[in-house]
Amino acid sequence: MASIDRVAEPWGTRTPYGPGEPWPARTDTYLADDLRPEDVDRWVPSATVLHSNGDALDIAVKDGRMVGVRGRAGDRVNRGRLGPKDLFGWQANASPDRLTRPLVRRDGRLVETTWDDAMGRVVARTRELLDEQGPSALGFYTSGQLFLEEYYTLALVAHAGLRTNHVDGNTRLCTATAAEALKESFGCDGQPGSYTDVDHADAIALFGHNVAETQTVLWTRMLDRLAGPRPPAILCVDPRETPVARAATVHLAPRPGTNLALMNGLLHEVLARGWVDHEYVEAHTVGVAELESRVAAYPPDVVARICDVPEHDLRAAAELVGTAERLLSTVLQGFYQSHQATAAAVQVNNLHLVRGMLGRPGAGVLQMNGQPTAENTRECGADGDLAGFRNWSNDAHVSDLARVWNVEPDDIPHYAPPTHLMQMMRYAEQGSLRMLWVQATNPAVSLPELARVRSVLAQDRLFLVVQDIFLSETAELADVVLPAAAWGEKTGTFTNADRTVHLSERAMDPPGEARPDLDIFLDLARRLDLRDKDGGPLVPWTDAEGAFEAWKECSRGRLCDYSGLTYARLREGGVQWPCTADAPDGTERLYADGAFWAAPDTCESYGRDLVTGAPLEPTEYRAMNPDGKAVIKAAEYLPPHEEPDAEHPLHLVTGRTLYHFHTRTKTGRVPQLRDAAPDVWVELHPDDAEAHGLAEGDVAALTTPRGGIEARVRVGTIRRGVAFVPFHYGSWDTGPGPDGATGRAANELTPTDWDPASKQPLFKAGAVALRKVRDGDGAAPAPTTTASAPVTAGVPPTVGGPAARSDERLPEGTGGPDAATTGGPA
Amino acid sequence: MKIGTALRDLHASEGDLARALRRLAAEHPEEHEVFHVARDLAGWSEEHVRGVAEAARAYGEELGATAGEAPDQLSPAPASADGLELVRDLRRVAMRAYGVSTEWVMVAQAAQAVRDQDLLALCDRCHPGTLRQVRWANATIKVLSPQTLTS
Repeated sequence: MASIDRVAEPWGTRTPYGPGEPWPARTDTYLADDLRPEDVDRWVPSATVLHSNGDALDIAVKDGRMVGVRGRAGDRVNRGRLGPKDLFGWQANASPDRLTRPLVRRDGRLVETTWDDAMGRVVARTRELLDEQGPSALGFYTSGQLFLEEYYTLALVAHAGLRTNHVDGNTRLCTATAAEALKESFGCDGQPGSYTDVDHADAIALFGHNVAETQTVLWTRMLDRLAGPRPPAILCVDPRETPVARAATVHLAPRPGTNLALMNGLLHEVLARGWVDHEYVEAHTVGVAELESRVAAYPPDVVARICDVPEHDLRAAAELVGTAERLLSTVLQGFYQSHQATAAAVQVNNLHLVRGMLGRPGAGVLQMNGQPTAENTRECGADGDLAGFRNWSNDAHVSDLARVWNVEPDDIPHYAPPTHLMQMMRYAEQGSLRMLWVQATNPAVSLPELARVRSVLAQDRLFLVVQDIFLSETAELADVVLPAAAWGEKTGTFTNADRTVHLSERAMDPPGEARPDLDIFLDLARRLDLRDKDGGPLVPWTDAEGAFEAWKECSRGRLCDYSGLTYARLREGGVQWPCTADAPDGTERLYADGAFWAAPDTCESYGRDLVTGAPLEPTEYRAMNPDGKAVIKAAEYLPPHEEPDAEHPLHLVTGRTLYHFHTRTKTGRVPQLRDAAPDVWVELHPDDAEAHGLAEGDVAALTTPRGGIEARVRVGTIRRGVAFVPFHYGSWDTGPGPDGATGRAANELTPTDWDPASKQPLFKAGAVALRKVRDGDGAAPAPTTTASAPVTAGVPPTVGGPAARSDERLPEGTGGPDAATTGGPA
Repeated sequence: MKIGTALRDLHASEGDLARALRRLAAEHPEEHEVFHVARDLAGWSEEHVRGVAEAARAYGEELGATAGEAPDQLSPAPASADGLELVRDLRRVAMRAYGVSTEWVMVAQAAQAVRDQDLLALCDRCHPGTLRQVRWANATIKVLSPQTLTS
């Protein structure tokens, strides 16, 4: 057992392996208070929650409280490894400022009350609004961090109980484009690939996916391949010099807003060079002619100009993906939160379709998630879609869901696509959405154009309910605040970005009167006396396992089939859906036989126009794809809606850092993580810093037409002409300014604009002005271990010190950290 | 031969549609998706105007290459906050786009009859865009009407 500072070494020690070999295990453990494993009373199985990787772990419990975590070496996802957020993040549960009692607004202030009073107010207002206006007055905005059982219950209560079409999750901000791109290409949501594709790939292409910071353990897997024999070639598309870019064979840093042009150019070259599996295309796809005619206008010289990338690199990138024998592609926010998000992500699917690179070891697509339970938000219908990947536009699917729920089909709203969050905000702004129930998410910091968001959420005429574990910036605006139990304090399942389902069991009691989100929804259903069509309770279950059993029936026969799973089976470790009687150990890869879930009668979606967002009519889809093949779609590049000009000379890109999650409600309360990235910064290219008279650590003012913030300057390796600002920092720990503004949240700057197909807001968009405020008194509060690495000499390295030392148990013969290399390749 | 006349009409209609879309965006800047998509789609009609002007020369028509900037009055009254004006304006855009679509059908049919391959190619290039404009307007109306009319 070796001890290592996991803040300074976020990816830990290398365990190199070669293609086709199993990834060696490495067990990571962190226990507080110098406890040893033998001091622990109980180890409670769970998985990680501060990203989407779903790394299996055991929660250490001593004297009824959490004291640490240990990775599960036998689990397929992480083989025992944990990232820094997993090792230390659990400590947030014990923060003294957890919400422990319901709060209601009285004379303008939030005051403690009873559950009976708080829920009584919610139910009374719900009834009033249903009587006055009907279901269109009610909206639910949930999360990517609850459990499957909670989402499924919420979807049933909201859709069939209250009959509102206004249900969405904050997955809209992180993973909506993944879902939409999968629906467009394959007819249905559902991750085609598997993390084990990393073990086999000879080329890995990462499109807008800084995996080193967003899914540290997945990057660890890639690093171990890179350190082993016959490593894969890496293509990185990112405007920042991320750890991935530093390890890449080819790095493309396109001008922000031009991803689709870049992808059209790559596909142009792949087609022109004949790197096409014609047999696969003929047998398994429709639409290749449309792709050919669309990309004809994007030869490398044209694309090199639009994207401002070297033509030579573009050709090299095309050759890398065009000649790979086992190509794995991953996609994340660099594409999903950018202009023309869905069309660009769909081009990655197209790349795999024309190359026939799907469904076999090493040949796969991972349209990634950002959050731990985002997959469940999508499959259960808590993002507004119909549960079990059913098609709202197919009456037979609606009837089938009505059968499962024992309601009438017209009890389930399906007259139009589900109302996405940004549209709900508009309805609230207009006054037609009058109650918004927010769960485990913090729109007052995480949505674009915060001044507008605050003005919407603070309206007297909007009844705002917030269900959370801390008094977030959003909760401060609420009429009713409901204290929820956190991960580790409740039981349920969740599914990671490669369809691996884990069971997370209750390790300890929630603090005070806090309750599991499931219990809150069950209480709501009981108080509203929601009934099925025979007069029985609409929600017949009373606990998590009951909800899971009901979900199994709802998912039976659908692509996301859980019918072969049980809690008992999941206690042994993670299983990938679909898991059925025929596939009791789950399914590693979808579409292995080129058979897609795209037949007109079975598909989840008929697709949308990638530019206008207009849904296709059922008859159009049936004519286009009668045999249910994969659909190759393409779209024209359009210039972004806001370009830099003399007044606002830089592109704005926002994003994450390795040590934090979302608005830091948890990670900001954990000393090891908080101190690794304690405050906001802005990353600039040295030329841009110099042009504005700025040096490392100086304080700069950033402004857009939406608002302004101040941030310390990190002079780094980002593309010239682009400013990067991390989006984690709000005002809960610093206090808001006099106008309610946070003074430092990146979203004070961002525009309100979204991809018309996926409805995902653009957080990597807009133009920003920069001005020096004053000299700095030291380096920027940005990590040195990540994409934010400084170019200026003398910046102290990011370390965690003794408090961040964790244990690593390496495989026999590895020789420990002295013998092995840590971190990434030079 | 009245193809020139039909092209002149189509040129005027595409120009009207482009202005109607720009006006829609200008009147509803707070409807963010409508605002952005309407402007993107106006660009398509402006491109169609250029293409039609070019094609019309062969039929003796000298037409402008731009859609013109005069604002096209869509709403008799200023936009109201309740969303109804938006749905009405979208309906007018939908009707206008549908009208343009039928004009493309007329021109495409005539192009086939006289075997004018250049004109036919123009129709093949532009008409699908018009149909996408129609579908977008209809789809947006479909989304917004339930909320607007029930609240």
